[in-house]
Amino acid sequence: MTKWNDLLEKNGKVPPWPYPIRYDEEHEIDTDILVIGGGIAGCWAAISAARNGVKVAMVEKADTIRSGSGGPGCDHWCVTPANPHSKVDPDDWAKRLVEHPVHAGQPPTEPLPLAYSNGIGTQIQCREDFDTLLELEQMGGKIRDVDDEYVGAEGRYDDTKFMFSPRMSPNHATEVTIRVWGTTFKPALKKECQRLGVKIYDRVMVTSLLTEGGVQGAKVVGATGFNDRNGEFMVFKSKAAVLATAGNSSLWFLNTELAGYNTFPNSRTKCGDGMSMAWKAGAELTLMEQTGMGFIGTGLKHTWYGGSGDASFENLQQVDAHGKKLPWPLQGWPDGGDMRPSPEGMQKIIQGIKDGTYALPFYGDFPAMPDIERRVTWELMLGEESTTKNITNSYEKAGFNPAKHLLMNFLLMEGNGPANWRTSGAGGLTVDWDLKSSLDGLYVAGGQMFAAGDHSYAASTGRYAGRKAAAYVKQTGESKISRDQVTLEKARIYAPIKRSDGVDWKELHAGIARAMQYFCSEYKTGLLLNMGLDALKEIEEVFVPRLYALDPHKLMRSIEDLCLLTHGQIVLNASLARQASSRPLNFFRIDYPEVDPPDWNKFITVKLENNKVKTGEMPLNYWGDMKTNYEARNKDYTGVYKGK
Amino acid sequence: MPQKQIYALPNIVSPANPVIFNPDICNGCNTCVEVCQIDVFIPNPEKGKPPVILHPDECWYGGCCVNHCPLPGAISFNWPVQQRAYWKDKATGKVLRDSQ
Repeated sequence: MTKWNDLLEKNGKVPPWPYPIRYDEEHEIDTDILVIGGGIAGCWAAISAARNGVKVAMVEKADTIRSGSGGPGCDHWCVTPANPHSKVDPDDWAKRLVEHPVHAGQPPTEPLPLAYSNGIGTQIQCREDFDTLLELEQMGGKIRDVDDEYVGAEGRYDDTKFMFSPRMSPNHATEVTIRVWGTTFKPALKKECQRLGVKIYDRVMVTSLLTEGGVQGAKVVGATGFNDRNGEFMVFKSKAAVLATAGNSSLWFLNTELAGYNTFPNSRTKCGDGMSMAWKAGAELTLMEQTGMGFIGTGLKHTWYGGSGDASFENLQQVDAHGKKLPWPLQGWPDGGDMRPSPEGMQKIIQGIKDGTYALPFYGDFPAMPDIERRVTWELMLGEESTTKNITNSYEKAGFNPAKHLLMNFLLMEGNGPANWRTSGAGGLTVDWDLKSSLDGLYVAGGQMFAAGDHSYAASTGRYAGRKAAAYVKQTGESKISRDQVTLEKARIYAPIKRSDGVDWKELHAGIARAMQYFCSEYKTGLLLNMGLDALKEIEEVFVPRLYALDPHKLMRSIEDLCLLTHGQIVLNASLARQASSRPLNFFRIDYPEVDPPDWNKFITVKLENNKVKTGEMPLNYWGDMKTNYEARNKDYTGVYKGK
Repeated sequence: MPQKQIYALPNIVSPANPVIFNPDICNGCNTCVEVCQIDVFIPNPEKGKPPVILHPDECWYGGCCVNHCPLPGAISFNWPVQQRAYWKDKATGKVLRDSQ
């Protein structure tokens, strides 16, 4: 008996909502720093702010213990040039990553491909993420092979027991990526937050930022939210806020059953909440026109990590149906952990399939690996990297034994995903060297800033943003929130529960996604993009007023839809503003076909001023000299890396 | 044969069973209800019983429920049929499938 209909059949009635309903109650919290989002970036921001002696409240839509992209786990601490075994200088490595982010470990190619990177976040990451990792160890996170399980593995240093991954380190040229036991991280971070007295508000969705006098573009003085189990309304008053929410994976996804959430990057919690509330508060965003490919599971593609050849399957030779080696990267030491063949390499493989050189299906040849490397990949990497732990567990239960069995690679069998099913790209808030957004009182950490990086990026920028926000609140006065702004927001949030019929969140989501698929997909023109804005406006004016939610959970999903809608409007406006095509942005305008013309090699920014869209631009290296600017603002910082 | 009550139910959303509880091991502690990122479960109205799967269509197979469970075997993963993996025995060449 596990499904609701089982209960119905047992008792003859639908089970009641299991939590008390408190729609009419309001709870006000006064804090120095409000951290919005309790994922990796948020936890680190909260810990670092609390260690700097200020009062911290952290709000999380799920439970902080396992929430966020890094909640289930993590196997790579990717950019750690300050570690004792590193063969590169942190400042040099930061520069290299910014100029050549995709294959930083490969020999330089000239000219370097155009990069839309984040020099500020990357510099912080390269200087501070080894310190961050060591602090994590003090909290109880496992970062080295202390139990001597993998003695003899390539990349393991017996003195420190650190285990290096080949990623970005061809033939050990850099040693910048450390293998970690990431399933231990989130519980350790939550415990540390609690130990430091951070007030954690789990199962609360933040819905809006409050600004001084309720004015768009003014200082951020707090936020509103509601409990997604009991519906209680929350008002947070703060001297500074750190936005550490997630990106958006659902904007182009049409429904939950055909191609739903059961695949790696597409947890429903990633709905662009943070970008949406920051936009409405008047914050500046950039790279919003960029999109990525959709890794979609059910019905269309296999779950990411479900077959060999995906990330984390390191040092695993791909072979064809008859055991012939494929020219597919080993994802190992010779190729610096490259995960995919080059475009030319892929064409060769496809041609080989067509002319019979390579027979489908392809497999990952686990049995051919030395025992120790096989254990590292199967037990450590796949055991620790987020959702992959389920895969190793459930496959083993079903009889899979990596010493005997080759695991099928589904990537070429299932073909490419449809181009109109995509994810939002690297768009996010612009930041300065304090990781402050364009709004006073609002700091940004992790994936919420533009061109953000991985887990260790979220951790180190969270830690940095918390530190800077704490310094800010020590010299700023009390905040005053606008009651009118709260009242308006409360009316907006509770509107769907006043109705019991109309359009539900799934239908509205599908409507928004359809508009994005039609008007902002593979082929873009000014005409289509403007039609997209009209379509979203129609949804806003006609269908949103019919949105209904039967319980606080569905209310959360409904409000997330409104975030998706706003996010779509930002993307369309940013897409209209870039009047050129761009390969790194995966952005192609039929009416502006020239790809990456030099005049357009710049950040396009968008923001709201008096509710009108205002576009701007910034040079690609607007952060200036990374080393100089970092050092100028962090003179008191003490860490492992002492510089040359 | 006693006639079972037949209800007028809508189609059940798919996939409907992202996990399977073992009622002999699960003691209804609801740890999985708490750690799930998206509230797939609610506590069972009957104390001590496995949670109820209320939102299976929102499951993203993050696995925190299974991996964080304090009682091994109380909850196990159940891939939808179309997501079951294939593998091959190197010695015999036989292709096998996750058909547990």
